[in-house]
Amino acid sequence: MADRTILHVDMNSFYASVEMMLNPALRGKAVAVCGSTEERHGIVLAKSELAKKAGVKTGMVNWEAQRCCPGLIVVPPQYEQYLKYSKLAKEIYCRYTNLVEPYGMDECWADVSFSRTMGNGLEIAEKIRQATKDELGLTVSIGISFTKTFAKLGSDMKKPDAITTIARDEYKDKVWPLPASDILYCGPATTAKLSKYGIHTIGELAKTDPAFLKRLLGVNGLSLWSYANGLDASRVMPQDYTSPIKSIGHGITCVADLENEEEVYKVILELSQDVGHRLCVHQLAATGVQLWVRANDLSGEQFQCRLPYKTQVSMEIANAGFELFKRRYRWTTNVRAVTIRAINLVPQSQPEQLSLYSDYALHDRRGQLQLAIEDIRRRFGKMAIYNAILMGDKKMPEDGRDLVRMPGMMYQ
Amino acid sequence: MENATSARKKVYVTVNVDHRPDGTARPNRIIFENGRSYEIDRVKSVRRAASTKVGGTGLRYTVRICGKETFLFDEENGKWFVEAKQEA
Repeated sequence: MADRTILHVDMNSFYASVEMMLNPALRGKAVAVCGSTEERHGIVLAKSELAKKAGVKTGMVNWEAQRCCPGLIVVPPQYEQYLKYSKLAKEIYCRYTNLVEPYGMDECWADVSFSRTMGNGLEIAEKIRQATKDELGLTVSIGISFTKTFAKLGSDMKKPDAITTIARDEYKDKVWPLPASDILYCGPATTAKLSKYGIHTIGELAKTDPAFLKRLLGVNGLSLWSYANGLDASRVMPQDYTSPIKSIGHGITCVADLENEEEVYKVILELSQDVGHRLCVHQLAATGVQLWVRANDLSGEQFQCRLPYKTQVSMEIANAGFELFKRRYRWTTNVRAVTIRAINLVPQSQPEQLSLYSDYALHDRRGQLQLAIEDIRRRFGKMAIYNAILMGDKKMPEDGRDLVRMPGMMYQ
Repeated sequence: MENATSARKKVYVTVNVDHRPDGTARPNRIIFENGRSYEIDRVKSVRRAASTKVGGTGLRYTVRICGKETFLFDEENGKWFVEAKQEA
């Protein structure tokens, strides 16, 4: 069977490039897109090439970046613009194949094995590179290979505005000398474990006994071994594929610490509105609730419980989450971020075993209320009706930053 | 040599447009905020493009106004802009 042709397209310094494209006065300058210090996201999210050369790194705290690059121009993020250009770029890739799988906002895999009429991998990559530059004013780096992992490695090799190929007869020369940490899913903890056994490069990883890697790293060890040997058979997700829903959650980092239970309840209730709505949209119901709390000292804790009956009701999800919080959270520090998640989902229409000790009349009334609220919001907008307790300052940021789909596990 | 980037600025304009049944659009006239208005003689081409001079992207109409060729951008959010010359 012929090798697959997979492209990995990486938009260079995406946030910073969009800012420079929108405002040409920033071009050729050291620019960093930074979260707001006031809203406590005060870190570097992206930087221009010049800022990178001066030593600015993604994740640096704002003052640290400015100290390391005097004269650094700091601009706030414009998430709607990034979402818009991410979507437009994806539309360009979709001209060549329907197998386009996003990996975060600025990266995509595209399988062009069946797009021969439009050219070979290199020709299609060149067309994509040129179109992105002409139509969006943005540059991309593209890796072309026969596996997703090698295509991703390729897109990191030459930057910006470049194309790198890694063919089957080249990967030992091009990929194996690279550090093991360069391969996908080999994070700092895995790298440290591997280096304890003298495995520093991808080549050394490839030549290691897979049984040993399994003992050391579990199934991830086997995956890494297959990635290193060019045996990664994972497919590129079709563009319209939606993965089965296992849980529905919503979380937020608050603009100021939550200092008492009432403030925490408001945030949980507000987040639960969205969870309940999405449960209704997907006709699913939760039989459990999970709460994740990040404290002011950045430590995180997660709690979960079962519900007495399946529910889509935002209020019931919020109440269960808040009960968990009151029972389990020790107020050693104030709360910085909260995520509430509906778990153990079942179809809404699925019959359930009733319990003698649950108040089903109240549950039914709440269900009816939720449906009425959903209908009002559908007709008149999300803010047409909401709980009185949610009026006023909830210490929550108000933009669309939670809409971004973050990278997850590799599609198989 | 003229520095194209600094010599131009993005100016949003009012545009009279014919929207045809096939979904295409034909801009007829652009009107600046100060009331000056220009008839578009001819639309030469339409394509999606970035403005390298003033930043931003959209559907770029290459148009002929008073015998001169210029670009008119439709941001597809109801707003149109031109790459106007900076006043000295």
